[in-house]
Amino acid sequence: MQLFPCPFCGPRDETEFHFGGDAGNARPDGADVPIERWANYLYLRANPKGTAREIWVHMNCGEFFVMERDTVTHKVLSSAALGGEHAA
Amino acid sequence: MTRRYSALSLFKEGLAGQTGWQPAWRSPEPKPSYDAIVIGGGGHGLATAYYLAKNHNIARVAVLERGWIGGGNTGRNTTVVRSNYYYPASVELYGLAHRLYEGLSKDLNYNVMLSQRGMVNLCHSTAEMEIGARTVNAMQINGIDAELFSPDDVRRVAPIYNFSPDARFPVFGGIWQGRAGTARHDAVAWGYARAASRLGVDIIQNCEITDFIIEGGRCRGVQTSRGAIRAERIGMAVAGHSSVLAAKAGFRLPINSYALQACVSEPVKPILDTVVLSPGCGVYVSQSDKGEIVIGGGLDRIPSYAQRGNLPTLEAVIAGLLEMFPIFGQLKLMRQWAGIVDVVPDSSPIIGESPLPGLFLNCGWGTGGFKAIPAGGTLLAQLLASGKHNDISRPFDLDRFASGRLIDEAAGSGIAH
Repeated sequence: MQLFPCPFCGPRDETEFHFGGDAGNARPDGADVPIERWANYLYLRANPKGTAREIWVHMNCGEFFVMERDTVTHKVLSSAALGGEHAA
Repeated sequence: MTRRYSALSLFKEGLAGQTGWQPAWRSPEPKPSYDAIVIGGGGHGLATAYYLAKNHNIARVAVLERGWIGGGNTGRNTTVVRSNYYYPASVELYGLAHRLYEGLSKDLNYNVMLSQRGMVNLCHSTAEMEIGARTVNAMQINGIDAELFSPDDVRRVAPIYNFSPDARFPVFGGIWQGRAGTARHDAVAWGYARAASRLGVDIIQNCEITDFIIEGGRCRGVQTSRGAIRAERIGMAVAGHSSVLAAKAGFRLPINSYALQACVSEPVKPILDTVVLSPGCGVYVSQSDKGEIVIGGGLDRIPSYAQRGNLPTLEAVIAGLLEMFPIFGQLKLMRQWAGIVDVVPDSSPIIGESPLPGLFLNCGWGTGGFKAIPAGGTLLAQLLASGKHNDISRPFDLDRFASGRLIDEAAGSGIAH
């Protein structure tokens, strides 16, 4: 059983968290977004082997946050509240 | 010099003290160039090389495998073969694989131990029975054998299920495919390897791809840990690592990689002679020819490249197993493992040319690649040989994500994605 660090609640059981996709995958804005851009936003994923920056939600408190972790070792490198950086 | 397996060759080798057998496949040094390269020495990659040589007469082919052949997902699955899908495009694809599996031992001259013991997908409520009837109708319309099972039918094929009145998941019936079953997973890899090697394919193990050779906007070869190898057509069939290679080639895929776990018990006497899947319990189970109970379940909840799986998912699977079969409460687990699967939003594979011309994809099989090996190999081989889709692979092209023609087989895959 792994503990994930919620920036609001501290270390909690991994089963309380839900994966929310790549950090930095901003929703396209505007009326004339090309189809390919929508498809990229909706479906394409970095899916890195190694260090990944991801959005997670702690289902108990409902907060979304950015977690950096290694997808091979499962070691958590950082965890921070969303500060508008998901759009970066 | 015994190359072909038969009752006669077995008898002769018995008299000769088993001294004449040859290695099942050659291990040559890589050549600087080939007509086609297949990246990935799992079932799909080896099958692709075999069908390139057999169906298209292209035998100057290299299969490049980072580790050892069949050491990835081909050796980590639960060996189930079935084609009980819903949409016509999926039925064409998995139906092709199923038909080829039925003749595979003869085709390869290698016993893949296909055992068509049947499979039942259980229904645990009247609502699930209605969906079950709809699925059976769809399968029958699409020409796939299917039968709607009553509770008595289920009792006949799986008498040890928990039929007690206070069962948490009572049986209302099920979806039966009698031609479904299991095959020996290692034998599928070894059989394809041996048959491909005999047709001239070079199988090169311990050969990791470090980069792609891109010239004039086309993929023209690969840099490997054993030097540069060139070819005008390159196919990749690397299951969970598709995104890693795509990143080297400069594009992204609609894939998240997850661990999918399985486990086996100690061997016991024959007690379960069919494959049973319960969506309610999130478990499917069969008994291997050695007597082990082979147990599979849903994906891990965390995107991962760690081939080991996590404990909460394993606990959920075992809890589900004991709901289904209380008699298994005394079993001891012998092994647990995980494979990395490439999960696509619509739970259907990606077959077609990649955004890098000359590089072709066979990936995204998610939790169900083993049953599709003969079809994945046939279709990727045709793409590599002709550069064009045929009618079966066309719907699975990467362009479906931009056009919105998704083939949503999450239900057909049988477990939650």
